[in-house]
Amino acid sequence: MSESNAQISRTELVAAITVATTEVFSTMLGIEITPGETQTEPRAAAPPESGVVSLIGLAGPWVGTGGIACTGALACRISAAFLTTTVEAVNDDVLDAVGEITNMIIGNVKTAIEEKVGPMGLSTPTVIFGRNFQTRSARIHEWTVVAFTCEDERLYVQLCVAPNQEPVHGTIRAGFQVPQVLNI
Amino acid sequence: MLDILIVDDSAGIRKILQRVIRQAEIPLGAVHEAGDGCEALELLKTQTVGLILSDINMPNMNGLELLSHLKAHDTLKHVPVVMVSTEGSQQKVLEAVQLGAAGYVRKPFNAEQIKEKLAAFF
Repeated sequence: MSESNAQISRTELVAAITVATTEVFSTMLGIEITPGETQTEPRAAAPPESGVVSLIGLAGPWVGTGGIACTGALACRISAAFLTTTVEAVNDDVLDAVGEITNMIIGNVKTAIEEKVGPMGLSTPTVIFGRNFQTRSARIHEWTVVAFTCEDERLYVQLCVAPNQEPVHGTIRAGFQVPQVLNI
Repeated sequence: MLDILIVDDSAGIRKILQRVIRQAEIPLGAVHEAGDGCEALELLKTQTVGLILSDINMPNMNGLELLSHLKAHDTLKHVPVVMVSTEGSQQKVLEAVQLGAAGYVRKPFNAEQIKEKLAAFF
């Protein structure tokens, strides 16, 4: 089976997300996080009223987007644990911390799925703070969403990937930047 | 005491790396910071360092491109570069080693891992 024809089951994606997220939270933040239900959604999860969404593009024999979504309050707690400081409101430091945590989680998920589909490139993260928005992937319509419980709050880790229909020429440059689709 | 350069687009990671290195009781001199490969090369025109820690996924110039530039430079090619990245695949590690990386630390990391990987440079 060629790399582009390789299949990744939803169970494998959920397992990769769960392992990566729990490891990043325990090692970098010292926070216990518990995986809960998993869903397949037509669009990425976003907190219903306001919150932070962080997205990273994946490219190669498979393409897509991964990311996390949580409330502003949980983003502040993540940032406080990351930087060992006190954070009272979402600011640049919080967005930087959420972006880096996303980079570590999706980067480690990518490493896990590369074993089946071959080398992929990872973009730099895009982090958004706001309210009443939805995120979509322009070409792929099914997101695997794993909901985690973290200090009585919900954190959603999500991924949509599919085989690349375009031929891949050479290697994908690490740290490439991709546009995201945002509906307000 | 060794002067070092930390290259990462996340200010948080640059701060954490400094903290973790100090926790590991590694004797540090001056710590310089850069947000990407371009900034790092600009800084190295005026500063001398004994060790560079660099992320891979960065805008403008990524860590592997920075590594290639450093290894092609007459004086900077001797400065050891340790990659600190979420890129943990065997292929990426091999690529970094072939380009001349002196070490590789996978994110997430803890103080013990940093101490173990950097001990040889101090």
